[in-house]
Amino acid sequence: MALELEVNGQRVTVDVPDDKPLLWVLREDVGLTGTKFGCGIAQCGACTVHIDGSPARACVTPVSRVAGKSVTTVEGVGSREAMAVRNAWRELDVVQCGYCQSGQMMSATALLESNPAPSDADIDQAMRGNLCRCATYQRIRAAIHRAADSLEA
Amino acid sequence: MLDKIDPRFLPRPALSRRRFLEVIGLSGAGFMVGCGPAADDAAPDSTDPAAGPAAADLNHFVRIGADNTVTVIIKHLDKGQGVTTGLPTIVAEELDADWSQMRHEFAPADAARYGHGFFGPLQMTGGSSSVANSWMQLRNAAAAARAMLVGAAASRWGVPAAEISVSGGIVSHGGQSATFGELAAAAADIEPPAEPALKDPAEFTLIGTRLPRLDSAAKTDGSAQFTLDVSRPGMLTAVVARPPKFGARIASFDARKALEVPGVTDVVEIPRGIAVVASSVWSALAGRDALDVDWADDDAEQRGSSRLFADFKHAVDNEAPLTARADGDTDAAFAAAATTLRREFRLPFLAHATMEPMDCVVELSGNACDIWTGSQMQTTDQMAAAGITGLLPEQVRIHTQFAGGSFGRRAAPNSDYVAEAVMTAKAIGGRAPVKLVWTREDDMRAGFYRPMSYHVLEGAVDEAGNISAWRHRTAVQSLLAGTPFQGAIQDGVDSSSVEGARNLPYRIDNLFVGVHNMESKIPVLWWRSVGHTQNAFVTEAFIDELAVAAGRDPYEHRRELLADHPRHRAVLDLAAERSGWGEELGPNRGRGIAVHESFGTLVAEVVDVTVNGGKISVDRVVCAVDCGIAINPDVIRAQMEGGIGQALSAALREEVTLEDGRIREDNFDQYQPLRIDEMPTVEVHFVASAEPPSGVGEPGVPPLAPALVNAIAAATGKRLYRLPIGDQLES
Repeated sequence: MALELEVNGQRVTVDVPDDKPLLWVLREDVGLTGTKFGCGIAQCGACTVHIDGSPARACVTPVSRVAGKSVTTVEGVGSREAMAVRNAWRELDVVQCGYCQSGQMMSATALLESNPAPSDADIDQAMRGNLCRCATYQRIRAAIHRAADSLEA
Repeated sequence: MLDKIDPRFLPRPALSRRRFLEVIGLSGAGFMVGCGPAADDAAPDSTDPAAGPAAADLNHFVRIGADNTVTVIIKHLDKGQGVTTGLPTIVAEELDADWSQMRHEFAPADAARYGHGFFGPLQMTGGSSSVANSWMQLRNAAAAARAMLVGAAASRWGVPAAEISVSGGIVSHGGQSATFGELAAAAADIEPPAEPALKDPAEFTLIGTRLPRLDSAAKTDGSAQFTLDVSRPGMLTAVVARPPKFGARIASFDARKALEVPGVTDVVEIPRGIAVVASSVWSALAGRDALDVDWADDDAEQRGSSRLFADFKHAVDNEAPLTARADGDTDAAFAAAATTLRREFRLPFLAHATMEPMDCVVELSGNACDIWTGSQMQTTDQMAAAGITGLLPEQVRIHTQFAGGSFGRRAAPNSDYVAEAVMTAKAIGGRAPVKLVWTREDDMRAGFYRPMSYHVLEGAVDEAGNISAWRHRTAVQSLLAGTPFQGAIQDGVDSSSVEGARNLPYRIDNLFVGVHNMESKIPVLWWRSVGHTQNAFVTEAFIDELAVAAGRDPYEHRRELLADHPRHRAVLDLAAERSGWGEELGPNRGRGIAVHESFGTLVAEVVDVTVNGGKISVDRVVCAVDCGIAINPDVIRAQMEGGIGQALSAALREEVTLEDGRIREDNFDQYQPLRIDEMPTVEVHFVASAEPPSGVGEPGVPPLAPALVNAIAAATGKRLYRLPIGDQLES
């Protein structure tokens, strides 16, 4: 069925089954492939996007649930916090294979948008849902602190 | 061209060149490094927009654009280990380029040009060897390119080449200067020197410094392209229904309901299962769910994990092992021992569980097969695709993509997922490009796995308190048996079964290492650090227990036994010193140590734990590494951090189990990799070295698990002999 979505500030119309997960709609129908598939059951966080500003797992979100809502992906995220996260990720060379990092950065951005000075425990809480098989966790933690510091400055 | 190995390209005979050749059964074969001009017909993909149309290929590895970019052709797969930074660093150094002008591009599959410097004419990534085998090859290629640029400047300016200098990407003489880009076209016409002059390592300005990763930008804005992101006009998506047990076959199937699912276009039988092809992933999955299949599993593997372990144990207890190493007279030494110790160790099957499940895009046309995938063995996959399609290998073009992790998984000798994609594209008559997608469940259930193993270790201590004998028997499935590489098995011993065990570095006069080759239908494969994953665990845990049982300090005791191995000693000393070895830690805390060599690199790790009841907290890991010349220290640090995190994940919790031949754990709710709150602080320290660079992708893994159980023993007095640790401390 035809559905109208708002993705990265733009209105798009897609013709898909309404139970098709947002993840695959973004990737196959909207053409935004930065959001990744990892597990399909909301266990790894590789598909993390923002829906109305809150982090969500696109792999278990039926597309019909986001009609009328605002979806933001790694390609379109542009808040001050998002830029601080991206810069910190680059300054510390967080990435290895890079596959999970879109989701990591979307979770980190959402954390900083709600908590500008997270503690290690806050980071654990917010980032626990994002797996990284390359185990870049130490740098993810450091990069979130660095991004927070840069926002404060 | 393939009959003589140029010694310049064998940077490190001690780095197990013999082992590499053994592994692929190609002893005696070599390959010719390409420093000549690249031919157009096999030019790399020009996907990098920075490499403009006027770009000049100075050889197979170095292209200089009119826009002054330097593109390094990467013959290896990037799966996170950093080859797209490490290899350009070597080129930039010898070229005297500026780091900001460096770019990377993946090479096409071409065994002759892009073969492996240790493996022979096989293009592959593995054995933590990308930098090591490229070291002299890229230094020579870059130095030749530099000489060509200098030659072009010399003739443009009418001055002797010897008077020209190059620095920071600028070629200059007196008051004249030119960029690489300005000289590139003319340089391409200069004859490359046969033996270009290489820098004295003392003059290195980039190697050994921190350079930003070249892949960071694309991997932080969603633009890095992985196989799953590839799209071709008219492309269809395929998923495959595979047998639920290894070795089962299709008895019959009914595709009618699957074909009724909107979007499903084809249901085709292929040798590995039934492919459901559709206009989207979602439709393909729904189509597969609607398939009605009867599987015949009379020839399938039916054993569960406990039965397999019992069979492995039975072999060690009742059968004679094959000899992998025998020094002195072990039996006599045991007979004369003052005390002896015997321990049994068990390690499980492990999944690679890469974040990006297996995937591959195939497009067939009349006389070509184009493949987009992230593969560790491009030319093996090229041969497999040629075999399936009936094309010549050179008609199969492989477009290497970033891989979302691999850890050995994308180096399957049977090219499993690539073959599935090619078979499916062929089965639909090549009428559309096909993207094969594996779900997480497919990835967990369809293989491959790090093999399970069972070990018995015995040690003898003489009257003076010295270890007089060591006996290690292991039961494990061979990785090479039944693959095209099985010719490398010598006298029945697959070196990957005993690596890290038969080269035990400790000075023990009477030593026996034996192997029992176990068989099953469960597909096994190299997993980050291969045989070292199990052999480092059992040997380093056992030597620790022997030392403590003899009343010795485990660090000091290792040190004494390593008198003949100064590089082992140096990393052991550095890790001990930086960790504060010997200090009091307080209640419930423990510190453990381990040292291991793999892939030519020495790593020692000291793990600090706090144990409260059954709960283990890993507080810190101090790692000391000697990998020869450290090309990119920060990338090496990242590989040690990642190797330690992945090894910790496996040690704490990872286990693939079978019930009546069926895999139990099929997603991350049951197979649970390490998460951020469990990641310890990791410190990495380097032993300075002038040796040629050796591997870093895998060597951080092996010492972690033994250092961890040694730390737990120090904290609690309880020694663990089985991985994963799971809830063993709770009992």
